Amino acid sequence: MANTYVKIASYAATGSVASIDFTSIPSTYTDLILKISGRISIAQIYGAFLLNINGLTTNRTYRYVEGNGAAASSGSGTNTNVSTGQGNSTTASTYSNVELYFPNYAGSTNKSFSVDSVGENNATTAYMDLYAALWSQTAAINQLTLLPESGNFLIYTTATLYGIKKN
Amino acid sequence: MITAIEVNCATGEVTERPLTAEEIAQREADAAAYAARKAEEEAEAEAKAAAKASARAKLAALGLTEDEIAAL
Repeated sequence: MANTYVKIASYAATGSVASIDFTSIPSTYTDLILKISGRISIAQIYGAFLLNINGLTTNRTYRYVEGNGAAASSGSGTNTNVSTGQGNSTTASTYSNVELYFPNYAGSTNKSFSVDSVGENNATTAYMDLYAALWSQTAAINQLTLLPESGNFLIYTTATLYGIKKN
Repeated sequence: MITAIEVNCATGEVTERPLTAEEIAQREADAAAYAARKAEEEAEAEAKAAAKASARAKLAALGLTEDEIAAL
């Protein structure tokens, strides 16, 4: 791993949890990466992961492309969805892999970020998607809060926050 | 018990605490709001797709070929 890629903090769930909140994120890096291996308790294959930034749910837009094993689709939204995630109707003990990338997160311009997400399911239907998102706020990002669309994150869900330095 | 996790990136401290009644109510309201907004956006997308399909059908009825419609 390049020495410009620094682990800031991580969390591994030892039981069901309602939210995972990274607070007091330092502004000393150029970019942030949040990696998630997650599964939520909702009884469906699709189980969205939501993200609040600096405690806010507002000023958000995104566009996405998605495949689900049968069809491809695309669309847009203004909610806090950042991934199709993974619900609890998928193969037992499987988790989606999600990466969020926030360039220039501590700058004074609006914050764009991207997401790639791949669910895991030993069946025909499994979701993967890419998001291009924007948080139309100029404040530095200092808090990222992960939430399930409903229910809880399940045991062994992990989230790790990395900082990227120029050199 | 529903628990929330806070990971303080400055100290590395991880705090696990039960949600308060107010937070549980807020969480339920947020989930309902998310579901409503998602349904609204999906309905908008479906309406847009239906309008597009209707427009294509009307153009075809006027005698345009699929290639001509696609070229518009």
